[in-house]
Amino acid sequence: MFFFLQWPLRVAQPAKKLALGLCIALPLYSCSQPSSETPESATETTGSASGGTVTVLGVIVGEQQAKLEAAFAPFEEETGIEVRYEGTDAFTTLLPVRVDSGDAPDIAMFPQPGLMRSLAEEGALVPVTEVLTRSELEAYYPDSWIELSTVNEQIYGIWYRSAVKSLVWYNPKEFAKAGYETPETWDELIALSDQIVADGSNPWCLGLESGNASGWPGTDWVEDIVLHTAGPEFYDQWVQHEVPFNAPEIQTAFEYFGEIAKTPDYLYGGKAGALSIPWGDSITGLFTATPECYMQKQGNFISNFFPADVVIGEDVDFFPTPVINPEYENALLVAGDIFSILNDTPEARKLMAYLATPTPHEVWAAQGGLLSANKQVDLSVYPDELSRKQAELLTTAEVVQFDASDAMPGAVGTGTFWSGMMDFVAGASTEDVTDKIEFYWPEENTEDSTEAPK
Amino acid sequence: MTTAAPDPKSSRSNPQPNPPQPNYVAKRKEQSKFEKFMARLPVHVAVIGIALLWTLPTFGLFISSFRPPDALTSSGWWTVFANPFEFTQFTLSNYQDVLAQGMGQAFLNSLVISVPATVIPIAIATFAAYALAWMDFPGRQTIFIITVGLLVVPLQMTLIPILRTYNVLGISSTFLAVWLAHAAYGLPLGVYLLRNYIGSLPRDLIEAAAVDGASYLNVFTRIIVPLSMPAIASFAVFQFLWVWNDLLVALVYLGGNQDVAPVTLVLRNIVGDRGQDWFLLTSGAFISMLVPMAVFFALQRYFVRGLLAGSVKG
Amino acid sequence: MNSNLSLILRALLAIFIGSAGVIGIFYALNILVEKLLPERTRVKVLPWIYVGPAVLLLSAYLVLPTIRTFYLSFFGNSSEEFVGLKNYIFVLTAPDTLITFRNNLLWLVLVTGISVSLGLVIAVLIDRVKYESIAKSLIFLPMAISFVGASVIWRFIYAYRPAEAEQIGVLNAIVTGLGFEPVGWLVNPAINNFALIAIMIWLQTGFCMVLLSSAVKGVPNDVLEAARVDGANEIQIFRRIIVPMIMPTVLVVSTTVVVLVLKVFDIVFVMTGGNLGTDVIASRMIREMFNFRNYGRGSAIAVILLIAVIPVMVANIRRFRQQEQNR
Repeated sequence: MFFFLQWPLRVAQPAKKLALGLCIALPLYSCSQPSSETPESATETTGSASGGTVTVLGVIVGEQQAKLEAAFAPFEEETGIEVRYEGTDAFTTLLPVRVDSGDAPDIAMFPQPGLMRSLAEEGALVPVTEVLTRSELEAYYPDSWIELSTVNEQIYGIWYRSAVKSLVWYNPKEFAKAGYETPETWDELIALSDQIVADGSNPWCLGLESGNASGWPGTDWVEDIVLHTAGPEFYDQWVQHEVPFNAPEIQTAFEYFGEIAKTPDYLYGGKAGALSIPWGDSITGLFTATPECYMQKQGNFISNFFPADVVIGEDVDFFPTPVINPEYENALLVAGDIFSILNDTPEARKLMAYLATPTPHEVWAAQGGLLSANKQVDLSVYPDELSRKQAELLTTAEVVQFDASDAMPGAVGTGTFWSGMMDFVAGASTEDVTDKIEFYWPEENTEDSTEAPK
Repeated sequence: MTTAAPDPKSSRSNPQPNPPQPNYVAKRKEQSKFEKFMARLPVHVAVIGIALLWTLPTFGLFISSFRPPDALTSSGWWTVFANPFEFTQFTLSNYQDVLAQGMGQAFLNSLVISVPATVIPIAIATFAAYALAWMDFPGRQTIFIITVGLLVVPLQMTLIPILRTYNVLGISSTFLAVWLAHAAYGLPLGVYLLRNYIGSLPRDLIEAAAVDGASYLNVFTRIIVPLSMPAIASFAVFQFLWVWNDLLVALVYLGGNQDVAPVTLVLRNIVGDRGQDWFLLTSGAFISMLVPMAVFFALQRYFVRGLLAGSVKG
Repeated sequence: MNSNLSLILRALLAIFIGSAGVIGIFYALNILVEKLLPERTRVKVLPWIYVGPAVLLLSAYLVLPTIRTFYLSFFGNSSEEFVGLKNYIFVLTAPDTLITFRNNLLWLVLVTGISVSLGLVIAVLIDRVKYESIAKSLIFLPMAISFVGASVIWRFIYAYRPAEAEQIGVLNAIVTGLGFEPVGWLVNPAINNFALIAIMIWLQTGFCMVLLSSAVKGVPNDVLEAARVDGANEIQIFRRIIVPMIMPTVLVVSTTVVVLVLKVFDIVFVMTGGNLGTDVIASRMIREMFNFRNYGRGSAIAVILLIAVIPVMVANIRRFRQQEQNR
């Protein structure tokens, strides 16, 4: 690359001078231009389009992104406001970085409320009540869901795509063949598992592997059990660290999970299998010619991983988590994406109001892959019966709690809790695992530890 | 007997031809060829063995990229060889899906990011290495020591403060931001490699040129750079590779804007937000690998040619 | 079609501007200095022009943030209260971080030792075969694969399925083929570190080989021939001639590998998340800083990393001083 400097002198001199001039002028010129013909990702509050623009940052990418953008389309047509959606799967890294550096999007689609809560406490979010009154919201969402989006008495978000996690999947054909019945209480569940073992098979598929998130399916198990044994108030105290992580109730929940995870022959592949098999692959065990297992407890999104030839409703169905304590019979463990306003612009407000209406939910739900907690969504738009059943669970549940590991501080929820589950299934005792998680709980849990230093 | 002085180029050539001899000599020649082959056999076995061992994992991915997703999770990739000509077990869908999701633009973006992000640090590092190795000025040792020490700084630590500065300067989300960042992150290695190499060039060559009246710049362009091509080429390959395969820097400094996203970002998004389409990575990784391999091949000749065989020690 | 063409043209323009810009600036400054300044000041100023951009970039992008990190390590997790050495004490005593130190030591010894020696041996052997180019490319290939691709590759190698099922991972297929039970390579605490280390060796050997190969080619043939004529066999030539002559490059390569190993985090982060006893320092640091938002503790870990590299720097300084003296 330096060779051009060695050309013969007569040609070189003027050529060099010209190249030199260009080389200095052009970079300076290019500095002042954005990198490509698309605009910067900074917010634009004065739109040049007929109605303005709204920027949205979210986690939906790939195929699902097309469905999301289709859900925005009716809004764009009606108001003339352009919705610029950016999807990234590194949302939890990227959003704080952008907020910290002064480049926040107008609206953010949080995959879990923990980060939303921290930003709300920092004052970075605009309450939803600026757009809709509480009673208007109540027309759309059950109280239990509105509670979930409340921080310090203010409502900050609108729920969109939701997931229900208190489900146990099974293969109805195989159950019928073997003469099994779906259990309704925990004791029935254990009895069924013992029966399956006696019949020569493994009752449970459990896959914990998930790259650097390995262990999260185990946390779902424990959280569901805590909710069903100790109830929603205790659950809240647990999440807020008002009770220690190694409290007796939590240890009891771990013991319940241990009945599933540590009883010999219960798990397909044993503990090595549970630790190594990716969570998305483990569901296929329900559908093999000789079933590798008969049940798996997993959220509704596992349907993305069903083998192609599975017929929903015939080859696969679910029953809700069995009752352990009858007082908390219909509690639901849920997750969901929640929209929140960061920059208060008129266009952003209009989009938020639109998101509370059933239309965007119905557009995506009809294409499959979305469950909504919005009460006004017409259940018939769901493409299959299982989705309808799940949506009904979501919209009618009286006790709803969000996935705890998503709500706890990151060091626990995405750190010690996940790895603790791996250790537990690998053989560690309940005391060791819960003690360790308690030891590593960040001290400043009441103070907000999410703001980056200036 | 010929008495040529040992010629470096022909040191491994055949022994001098003898005048025609009876048969037994001819037999000896054949034997010695065979002997030579046997003596070389361990070398061949070792080299081929290691090369195959190193390639096996990648080969597995290559085969897997042609298999449908359900097959990937139910049987090993080597099972395709049980029926190698049964074409129904192969599919191009992985490649089609990946290419359909915006790879063309991503390729261009990756090129736009990678080429300057390689050229700039090479230029800066070569000039700096020359100065550190052959010019005398206060602080040269300190600067070099600090540069080597900076090799260990994890770049993640620098992301937020730099991004904040970029926002203030108004250049965030531009390619210039990414070029400068990659250049800075690659400089410690570049300066280290090049300074080491340039420092070991023979003093006499450089002094001879200086005596002839060449300016520093001339010495640089006409002597230092051509002689350092192996080191420059090595660094070029590593830097290009690193930038082409980089995910984090592009993610943070370019944001989520799909129009300027390089291949790595697009691939990650294709996988889906729950990882459901991870099998697309099998084909995606191969498509993405083509360019760095092409760069490596193109620069191969600089690795091979020992320009100063004999006068450069290491 | 027109917009595609304009896209390509814009891309080419951007590439040209980006690349030529810096060279042009150097050249321009050089000319300026040579034309404008008298001889004496010219000699003093010129080195700074050459070294200047490097120093500027390094300061802005690396030195300043490092100083800031050092500063932050004495503060609490949200960087608002001064806590002195508390972060360091925590890091140096908590059982989890002690495990990471142990792991890093293991990585250092194994990866550096094996990659460099293997790279050297391959470099020497490959010099003698005709299909050198192809073999080199094959061994270098792993470096060209982005880490995302590599993680999928090794997923296929270490995959575990229960004994009764069909294996989809190469290693377990071999193991079960030989009649044993399949092994959880990534989850068995006795071997999972080694499994991850193997990945890095796979990646790094190509790097070592490339650099060492150029050095090996720089060993003059006459010296080798003379030794052969004197009756030395290949192994003696290797030990007594080649290795000493390329020792400086071996040190450079080793240094770089040591630093890369200290910084390794992708492999561990993506394959196991640091679970089940596989965590390493850099992965822990990233998680503390970005996932947990513990800026104080993360910074303390980063500083410890920096301190760990001091012996390496000292070794290099000594060698460069020697090199200067020999000139």
